[in-house]
Formats: sequence, C-alpha cells, structure tokens
Amino acid sequence: MSDVIDRPILAEEEAAKSRLRIIDCDVHPSIHAHGDLDQFLSKRWQEHLRTYGSHLRTPYIGTTPYPRSSPLIARRDAWPPTGGPPGSDLDFMRKQHLDPLNVEYGILQVLDLFIFSQQNLEFGAAIQRAINDWQLAFWSDRDPRLKASILAGQDDTQFAIAEIERCAKIGRYVQINVCPRANEPLGRRRYWPIYARAQELGLPLGIHVGGYGGHAPTGGGWPSYYVEEHQSNAHTMAAQLTSLVLEGVPERFPDLKIVFIEGGFGWIPSATWRMDRHFEAFRSEVPHLKRRPSEYVKEHFWFTTQPIDEPDEGKHLRSLIEWVGADRLLFSSDYPHWDFDDPRYAFKTPLSETERRKIFNGNARALYKL
Amino acid sequence: MARHIVARTSDIPPGGNKVFGVDGRDIVVFHVNGEFFALLNRCPHEGAPLEKAACVARLTSPEPGIYQRSRVGELLRCPWHGWEFDMRNGQSYFDPKRVKVRSYPVAIESGEKLQKGPYVAETFPVHVEDSYIIIET
Ligand code: FES
Repeated sequence: MSDVIDRPILAEEEAAKSRLRIIDCDVHPSIHAHGDLDQFLSKRWQEHLRTYGSHLRTPYIGTTPYPRSSPLIARRDAWPPTGGPPGSDLDFMRKQHLDPLNVEYGILQVLDLFIFSQQNLEFGAAIQRAINDWQLAFWSDRDPRLKASILAGQDDTQFAIAEIERCAKIGRYVQINVCPRANEPLGRRRYWPIYARAQELGLPLGIHVGGYGGHAPTGGGWPSYYVEEHQSNAHTMAAQLTSLVLEGVPERFPDLKIVFIEGGFGWIPSATWRMDRHFEAFRSEVPHLKRRPSEYVKEHFWFTTQPIDEPDEGKHLRSLIEWVGADRLLFSSDYPHWDFDDPRYAFKTPLSETERRKIFNGNARALYKL
Repeated sequence: MARHIVARTSDIPPGGNKVFGVDGRDIVVFHVNGEFFALLNRCPHEGAPLEKAACVARLTSPEPGIYQRSRVGELLRCPWHGWEFDMRNGQSYFDPKRVKVRSYPVAIESGEKLQKGPYVAETFPVHVEDSYIIIET
C-alpha cells in the first residue's frame, strides 16, 4: 500500500508553496455570458455568429471537440457559483486557483468558439480579434497576474499578421498563439511570414493542443474513443515538432522561440532520437539543416509540463526530465480542465531546488520577459 | 479507535455527501442507497476533493459489445482525472494494490442506543427517534 495517502497538507508543503511563486503557463479563461464578446465584434459578425454560428473543419456533424470525459472537459469542482462555464468567473478563479496555489503569473490560453477551427477564415479572424480584446478587458485589466496571448490563426497569413501588428502595438501580450492543427504542417513556408514577424517582435510562438483540424488527428484516421483522441495529442505535437525542425524554421529564424502547450513532454526524447538518426541517413534531402535536429529542439523549443506522464517508476520520469532538460520545461496546470495538474503533487519524482525554480518560475519569467 | 458521532442520518440526503473535520482531517461521508461510506476527502493521486466526485456505477464488459452496470452509485469518479474508487473500502479499480483512498468504518446507531452508551457528545442533541452516523478513525 505504498501510495495510500492519508494526510492533510503538511506544514512543509505550505512552506514550500509560499517560498516559490508559480508561473502557470496554461490557464483557460472562458466567456461567461453570451454577448460578452458583442462589444468587441462588429454588427456584421455578431449577426453572423447568431445566424450561422461555427462552421468547423471537422467532417462530422454533431460532434464537439469538447468531449466528453467530463462536461466541458472541466474539473467537476471548477463550476463557478455564479453560473457560467468553468474558468469564466475571475473571482472564483482567484479563490480556487490563483491565490491558493500562489500563482505569480498565469498565461491565458483561450479555446472558446473553436477559434482556430473555423472554416470561414474571415469569421475566424473576427472572433480571434474579439477574443484578443476580451482577454485584456475581462482578464488582464482586472488581474495583472493574467497575461494574454495574441490569437492569430495562420491559414490566412495576411489577417494573422494584421492582428499581430494591432496587438503588438497595444504591447500587453506575451505570446502569439497559432493553430496546432492548421491546414498544412506548421513548418510549411506559407506560414513563415508569421514566424518572421514573431521573431522581430521578440514574442514566443505558442502552440496549444486541441481544436478541430480538417485532417484526422492520427495517422491511422479518426479514432472511436475520446481516450484515443486524447492520446493523439502527443502524436500531433510530435508531428508538428518534426515539421518545424525539418522544414528549417529554427534554422531560418534562429531567434524565434516556440512553446508547445499541453502536449506533455514524454514523447520528446524518442521523437528527437529518431529525427537525429534519420537526419544522419537522409541529410542530403534536407541540406538546409546545418545541425542535428536535437540541437534545434534543445535550443529553440519549450514545453509546458501538463499532462505529465506518470510511469510506474519515478526514476523513468526523472530520466525524461533530465533528457528534455529542466531549462526547457514550463510548469502548467491546465486549470480548470479535468486533467489539471496540482503543482504540489504533479511531479511523481523529486526535483532539486534548482530544477524547481526553473520549471515553476525561472524559465517562464525569462521566456515571457515577466 | 476513536468513535465520532458526526451527524444525523437525515442530514445527508440519498446520493449526497457531507464533509466533516475529524481529528484535523476532512472526512467525506456519502449516502448511497441507504448505506453510508466515509473516506478521506483527498484523492490519493493529486489531492482533489472527493466531495466533488461523481458517484457512478461500475461498468464492466466481459467481451466487446456486452456491458454490465452494477453497484449503481457506489463508485467514486475523482473530480479531476477521473480515477475510480470503490466507496466501500477506498480501493481503486485500475490499480487496486497500489492506490487506495483511506476509508473509515461507518456505523449507524439509533439515538436510543447512543443515549445508553458513552458517546453522547454534548454538542450533538439526541433525539431518540433519529439515527446517527458514527465514524471510526
Ligand atoms: S486527483 Fe484524483 S484522479 Fe487525479
């Protein structure tokens, strides 16, 4: 019975908590009431939203990208007493998450309205823009701990760049988020103007799993079960990392910083080892790469921690952390979603004080210039 | 083992639960189909409050396409990551040897009997017609 936990929160845990303030790189705010976005949407798009709603890339009608394991993929204890969906009430978020876990900064990741999965790119751009304004007005302005990301779906590069420019002028966003499941793999040249602009502005590029792509989420097609689809997040991330590296994005944009959000990190070593081996065999196919893929991975990419793989033996997690590097990892809770990680218990292996400082705080502070 | 009289049976409606602070621990008592189960109010995985757990049935499938529901309401599904535990003994279903929620014996005794015994706490008014929930820790 080694894992029977029979303890209230220990005094040392309280002390450790107050010593180390946490930068949480994946906090999901939601729209509280229909109409909260109205003030940021032109009449034209308000009416479009009411009349037509979302037109997504998915081939199946009547399914939602939000399964399924738990209503709105949320923690059952995260429904605010004021009504509205989980993550939609700032006071409750403060009380349940930001204050007790001593969150110094939370990086907002909005998924509402399937922002990146809209087939109508113009409508998609309108809601991205509205949500970018809403993040400041409803969240960052009201709680300076919460930092907004510029949402800019890349399939219409021109719209994306215009939105990035507009938000960058406001100057309060810490990252540019693009779609994890765009129409083509993320390394393709059609997306490079966005990467160029992100590099010039010094804003990291955030890629958060999820949404509905037009392609099946696995190489084997459309899965039957949520548990299968959830598993596929890791493959999707691995495919995008491969595309970015092999198509030469970090080679071409050496100062661009790329953050994979909510993909976990257990898959990184094997994906990278494989790339290295293949690179040795096939380097003449990709002569634009000057270095081994692993070197790009270790210098240009960051990974948020949740969901942390939980091998039966803690030492295996330990090796993973060592291989990926404590300087590449950014703590994230995924609050208020069902697979939320509590910073006190998420790592089922001991971390040194230096590692804790980097993962829970230092890396994100440097990356997002907080 | 200390015995703690925590509530009247009528304080917890069927399908509901209530948390009691006992000896510095939060213990959650569930009322399922006329029975009461007491568990530590912390999931052994990452510490989620089990009072917010879903009380679900055990769903089994002896072979693909055949499904059986049993013990309706007696399984706890953690509000966070969905691990399932047996309310009767705190055992998890997926890894029963390693993971378990601490559970406590629960006794229901009539007020009449309590009045006779040594555990009539002053803070608990006794009505002989009521039954009381007692947790042993
Ligand atoms: S905290 Fe209960 S399943 Fe994770």
